[in-house]
Amino acid sequence: MKNLDTKTSINWLKYASPKTFYPLAGKLIPWCVIGAVGLIVYGLYIGLFVAPTDFQQGEGYRIIFVHVPAAWFSMFLYLLMAMYAGLGLVLNARLSYMMATAIAPTGAMFTLVALVTGSLWGKPMWGAWWVWDARLTSELILLFLYIGYFSLQAAIDDKNRADKASAVLALVGAINVPIIYFSVKWWNTLHQGASVSLMKAPAMATVMLKGMLVMAIGFWLYSIAVILIRVRCEILERDSKAAMFNLGL
Amino acid sequence: MQWHSVNEFLAMGGYAFYVWGSFGITFGCMAFELWLLKKRSQRIAQAVKQEAF
Amino acid sequence: MKARHKRFGLIAVGLILLVIATVLITKSFKSNLVFFFTPTQVEKGEAPKSGSFRIGGLVENGSLKRLPDGLHVQFKVTDTAKTMLVEYKGILPDLFKEGKGVVAEGKLNAIGVFEADQVLAKHDENYMPPEAAAALKAAKDAKAKEDTK
Repeated sequence: MKNLDTKTSINWLKYASPKTFYPLAGKLIPWCVIGAVGLIVYGLYIGLFVAPTDFQQGEGYRIIFVHVPAAWFSMFLYLLMAMYAGLGLVLNARLSYMMATAIAPTGAMFTLVALVTGSLWGKPMWGAWWVWDARLTSELILLFLYIGYFSLQAAIDDKNRADKASAVLALVGAINVPIIYFSVKWWNTLHQGASVSLMKAPAMATVMLKGMLVMAIGFWLYSIAVILIRVRCEILERDSKAAMFNLGL
Repeated sequence: MQWHSVNEFLAMGGYAFYVWGSFGITFGCMAFELWLLKKRSQRIAQAVKQEAF
Repeated sequence: MKARHKRFGLIAVGLILLVIATVLITKSFKSNLVFFFTPTQVEKGEAPKSGSFRIGGLVENGSLKRLPDGLHVQFKVTDTAKTMLVEYKGILPDLFKEGKGVVAEGKLNAIGVFEADQVLAKHDENYMPPEAAAALKAAKDAKAKEDTK
């Protein structure tokens, strides 16, 4: 009944049906891949060849070009995942749940990258691989939330129930994202404050900032490409019989 | 251009292990994610084919 | 009222309750999530009396020296209001510098010297080439000179 309701009454959500979304995603993927490769190569060129040495950290600061974009997307993708999960709960839309499911592994990967590159940065600069300050601890909790999200999905056999339960977890965990972001402001942390924020002028030389932003957009296109590929897998896996007929495979 | 020689570039001012380690792990993880996805797509394609015939 | 609207309402209410709960929890945790204490906080007795804790601040200019035994280093940590004397044996991190941020873990001894087991450098969020930093410093010094005139 519910499915029928959403399909007939909401034609403004035309692309919310897996059937129309599948080919659309397929068209978008190559462009995202090309853009991602181009921007990441350009970002690497700026970060490794054009950007000057830092006055405090010497060449060691160049870790910033992968660490910061990865950390941004670890948080941003979580919010996106929680948003799709919430949308899934509200509209009972299957594609929304599939999007949330498809985002989680990439978000978890970026969280892991942010933690490991941060550790590799902390050792030479701070003098420790790891400290339990609020920033590092809350980022580690983010990784556990991602892992919790997909283990919960794997633990429940009934797909519909798994989607709903994990969506609730994703929404509850979303509160951790502002905690990560503002932790350096709210508490005394070893991690320094934000170099780039909407509130103030960036505390970075322009070339360094440019390299970081180019890299970040590259990571964004990479994320879109990977998520779209995964959501297509998800669509096929969830109902490959239906998919066969609809997509003429 | 910041570098005078290839060796200077590779040494990263003495931070070679940390800088190259970070870049290696980042792009290694991304490549691994793509590889996993490729395997998954191939598996699905196989399954869909079997269902079709 | 459609089922969809009902679900939306329930979720919205749930989220609002969650935000309130988190704000309350983080408020009460605020004092426990402190990574380090400033010398002023230590003076006021906010740091633990016994056992180890961390202090943080800036390394006072001109305070770093090696003790006669050749192993220990001594420096002062300041938050510009209060200052603490720290002794440490071990390798200092690359970014440890006078006038820069530091976090030290250890405990206070009987004569009020902080004996550190670990010293971490805390750097700021500024990134710029050395020439720009030098120019900035020159401009600052010039301004300071102007002000004292």
